[in-house]
Amino acid sequence: MISSLGPHAGFILAAYAVSAVIVLAVVGWILADGVLLRRQMRDLEARGIRRRSARKAAVNNPKAAS
Amino acid sequence: MAILDLANPTRFMSLTDRLLPWFWGATLLALGTGLYLGLFVAPADNLQGETYRIIFIHVPAAWLAMFGYGMMAVSALGTLIWRHPLADVAAKATAPVGAAFTLMALITGSLWGKPMWGTWWEWDARMTSVLILFLMYLGLIALWNAVEDPIKGGRVAAVLILVGSVNLPIIKFSVDWWNTLHQPASVFRMSGSTIDPSMLYPLLISAVGATLLFLSLSLMAMRNEILRRRIRALRLVAAASPVGAAA
Repeated sequence: MISSLGPHAGFILAAYAVSAVIVLAVVGWILADGVLLRRQMRDLEARGIRRRSARKAAVNNPKAAS
Repeated sequence: MAILDLANPTRFMSLTDRLLPWFWGATLLALGTGLYLGLFVAPADNLQGETYRIIFIHVPAAWLAMFGYGMMAVSALGTLIWRHPLADVAAKATAPVGAAFTLMALITGSLWGKPMWGTWWEWDARMTSVLILFLMYLGLIALWNAVEDPIKGGRVAAVLILVGSVNLPIIKFSVDWWNTLHQPASVFRMSGSTIDPSMLYPLLISAVGATLLFLSLSLMAMRNEILRRRIRALRLVAAASPVGAAA
């Protein structure tokens, strides 16, 4: 397959490989950031520090909020 | 549901939670189809041979580099005029995604330029203005991270975004205003595209897929930014009040 890309196959493959690495790096960074933030939010909630809307939900429906 | 309701962060989180799987599905379908057609079905170019296949990733990346900054400029107006918190969240979340696509455009352009032009880089107007766009993205990311208060940081960044948006028409029309090594526009022209349909359609499908990828990443980054601000607000209130009381 590589030979069918002609004499500049290395440049073509490098372009797609670099693009894939950049996209995967951004996806990985966003996913890791999201995991870290959700963990921090859970830690705060475990300490009883909640947003007003979450506290109201806990009062109205204690089972669902716990 | 009114459009303003969607600008409520809680509704935005709920809506994007449901929409993001569809966005990712459409991204994989469109990008996969576009790249398959571009790499395996479209014929080789008469002059450039197989090397032109780099355009199926380079051109969408370059378009989205500008699209991302355009989105940030619209968000900056939302921050400065309506002071809407979601506008600043959108601008901040889009910046790293835009920077990544700009970097992709610069690197893939360079990888195309070496075999076609005989040089990795030329300080011509198109390439230099895109490099400036990349540096502006990095500068704005640094600014947001340097200012502790996200509201204050967002307003300063919004002004800089609008000042920097003067670079967008310079990028677009640089190939017409100056003699550049970079070729002029060949897809969106008053007299129609100069690209053969067998190459144009894969390019347009790839561009739709890349746009969906850009939007999916931006929406995910926006969700993270909303969460980050909620955590900051909770910590500030918790630090100033007894345990259990919060925002």
